[in-house]
Amino acid sequence: MPTGAGVEARLPIRSDMDLVWVRQHVRQAAAQLGFGLVDQTKLVTAASELARNTLVHGGGGHMESEPVVSGGVRGLRLTFSDEGPGIADVERALSDGYTSGGGLGMGLGGARRLVHDFAIETVPGAGTTVRVTSWTARPPRQREEH
Amino acid sequence: MPEHTAEETHGSPTHEVRDFLRRRREQIAQRWADEPLFRSVFTVSRDEAVEAGKAVVDALAEVADAGRVDDPDAAGFSGVREQLARMGVARGRAGLTAAQVSSELATLRQPVENLLLSDIGEAPAEHVRACATTLTVLMGTLRVVVMQTALSEGEALIDRQRLQLLEVATPVIKLWDGIVAVPLIGTLDSARSQVVMETLLQSIVEQQARFAILDITGVPTVDTLVAQHLMKTVAAARLMGAECIVSGIRPAIAQTIVHLGLDLGTVITRAGLADALKYALHQLGADIVGPTANGTGHR
Repeated sequence: MPTGAGVEARLPIRSDMDLVWVRQHVRQAAAQLGFGLVDQTKLVTAASELARNTLVHGGGGHMESEPVVSGGVRGLRLTFSDEGPGIADVERALSDGYTSGGGLGMGLGGARRLVHDFAIETVPGAGTTVRVTSWTARPPRQREEH
Repeated sequence: MPEHTAEETHGSPTHEVRDFLRRRREQIAQRWADEPLFRSVFTVSRDEAVEAGKAVVDALAEVADAGRVDDPDAAGFSGVREQLARMGVARGRAGLTAAQVSSELATLRQPVENLLLSDIGEAPAEHVRACATTLTVLMGTLRVVVMQTALSEGEALIDRQRLQLLEVATPVIKLWDGIVAVPLIGTLDSARSQVVMETLLQSIVEQQARFAILDITGVPTVDTLVAQHLMKTVAAARLMGAECIVSGIRPAIAQTIVHLGLDLGTVITRAGLADALKYALHQLGADIVGPTANGTGHR
């Protein structure tokens, strides 16, 4: 049974180089928890999108990663926080093709499709927190903690 | 150190330490030459280590002379800053952590202090203590200087390596007449993809290429930014009259691209580099045919 050691971390997101670090950490953590190659790649890609949002739109912040267990299934939870301008219209930001930063406008919505659980909290003017969780197997259904 | 501890028969502790360093320059350098920090960095000869030690002693004496024993930015250090940085970096490359380098530096103090105590042992206890404290402060400052310079040297090294990576990781290879390929490796950030695009467009002109293959086998993560860079490169190549083929899309990456919702429909993609080459050759009117039983190609 893999332990949570090395999975739990709090990484700064201040520059492009930090994005590389975030991706490598998520890849290693996911591999350690027993994620398959496809799920690893999905989670790393989602983390890459969200971390870039934190950097580009939120003006920098940090990512926290922690192992979670629910119904005997292991998972990895990633929380991206920034203290940027926040998102005025979350539904619109999640829709494909909408962008405010010159990108493709697929990042946030794409990230939501790449993970099992996706939650976003944003306060205009005070920042945004995105929390995503993926499970090594089918997501447990009885999960109602948040 | 303030000068109020000065006594009639002895100068201020700072000046006492300065005079001591100048007087015992040779002996201190000889003792330091046997310490791992000097011994392992200056490996050519022991004389070299002794000379390096003397330079450091001179710098310390100069700093003491200026009365700035606790100032890592003191002018006296400027002459040996580069040498100290080299020593710190060399120990770092030998696998030592910053803490280990720091403790190696700390061991330089003891032999000097022993010499100092044997020199001024006759003086009043208070004066001896003041001198020893001054020496300790001075050696502590030396540690700070080494760690500072070693760290900034490390940062400069990282910057240089980043620039090197930009250049090294983007070769454009001519596979056949009219076909060039770029094996992309590692993180495709904005700076890297800019270099890739420039070198690729340049070689399309030089090689008069009709086909350009972008192989992403070595790209670990394809997110929306990477995809955007790829599509921009493809569009630019198309404007130059060359068709781009993206190859090396692994199964996990393919699934991720689909979930992300990226539409690569306008881009020709192939699983492997060989498939991409085969496609390009076919488009150019040259087909690869297997050998027949007698070893010659059939028509």
